[in-house]
Amino acid sequence: MGEMIKMVMVLTILSVISGGGLKGLEEWAKPKIENNVMNLVKGPAIRQILEAADNDPVEDRFKIKDGDQELNIFVGVFGGKADTVVVESSANGFADKVGMVVAINMTDDTLRGMAVTTHKETPGLGAMAKDDPNFSAQFAGKNITDSFGVTNDGGQISALSGATITSRAVCSGINQAVDTYNRLKPQLQEQIKGMGN
Amino acid sequence: MAKSIASEFTKGLWKEVPPFRLVLGLCPVLGVTTSMKNGIGMGLATTFVLLCSNILVSLLRKVIPAKVRIACFIIIIATFVIVVEQMMQAFAYTLFLDLGVFIPLIVVNCIVLGRAEAFASKNGVVKSTADGLGIGLGFTWALGLLGAVRELIGTGSLKGDVFGLIHWDVPNIFGASFEPFGFAVQAPGAFVILGLLLCAMNLIPSK
Repeated sequence: MGEMIKMVMVLTILSVISGGGLKGLEEWAKPKIENNVMNLVKGPAIRQILEAADNDPVEDRFKIKDGDQELNIFVGVFGGKADTVVVESSANGFADKVGMVVAINMTDDTLRGMAVTTHKETPGLGAMAKDDPNFSAQFAGKNITDSFGVTNDGGQISALSGATITSRAVCSGINQAVDTYNRLKPQLQEQIKGMGN
Repeated sequence: MAKSIASEFTKGLWKEVPPFRLVLGLCPVLGVTTSMKNGIGMGLATTFVLLCSNILVSLLRKVIPAKVRIACFIIIIATFVIVVEQMMQAFAYTLFLDLGVFIPLIVVNCIVLGRAEAFASKNGVVKSTADGLGIGLGFTWALGLLGAVRELIGTGSLKGDVFGLIHWDVPNIFGASFEPFGFAVQAPGAFVILGLLLCAMNLIPSK
């Protein structure tokens, strides 16, 4: 009995110390990591989707309140008119959350493009969602009134071979981004009205 | 005593260098050595985990009950792996992007658990420190060498840095007419070049 208690005690104490320490470390590292992600992953991805924009969408970003969380919104100016917003979203993939940025043209409610930013998917399979430009190109120009899905589920997006779960995650992430966009549309229009002149 | 500590340290550097002599831990060895920079980065990350887990395991070796020792070792190792992952994301994000899934996989690297179980749980702190550092640095140079060979054949040049501290840049050593041999930086090339390096290592006696 005494041995049993000792085993439980040791494991519990170790786990508690480890968990507590890591939580502290995470709190400390979080702002640094977010900064790195913005500069090295999201920034380049957004600049690539909005390559033809007249402004720097990463410079022209603002925060907007959605319920109790704050969202980053990036703005693209085309032909002197701020008409594109980039919304971030994420969905559960095969390994962890698949993060993505989704650019929506506000004039005609179509997707201008999307890119996967952060993920932990399998290299060569799920990771192709980020690495294969043909996959993300499928979304460009699509109307956002349709919900996105892979062809297996009756949708219009051909899934990456060997990575149906990741492909589904990307579709559902885009659907979430579209939901967010529809919900915040009046505020977004208000915010970008003055931009791009 | 001093002599045995030194020998615990140096055995990992040559006599028992994990990937070449023991042929252990091959998953990261094959997976991340597409360049010298990635190899060294991965090696140093593993060294850190190995060193810290060896020290802690040997400090706690009298407290940890034998029946749950593996669970305790895994908690300790996993903790340090997450520390490495967070630190790398905070300070060396591009390296983290290259190494990606292989960082969390250090948890199941058989070298780390193997040293905890076979060495640190039976020896004192000083010896375990020497052992962890030696094996880790041995792993690092093995990965660096494999990465360097693959990068040289695959791209014709060597370029990179370690955490922004040491830089190297060796352009086109084979001359301008060299055609990069892309096979070397792909997965099958890793097996072939590792095989050739193992062969070369076996030509040199381990003593």
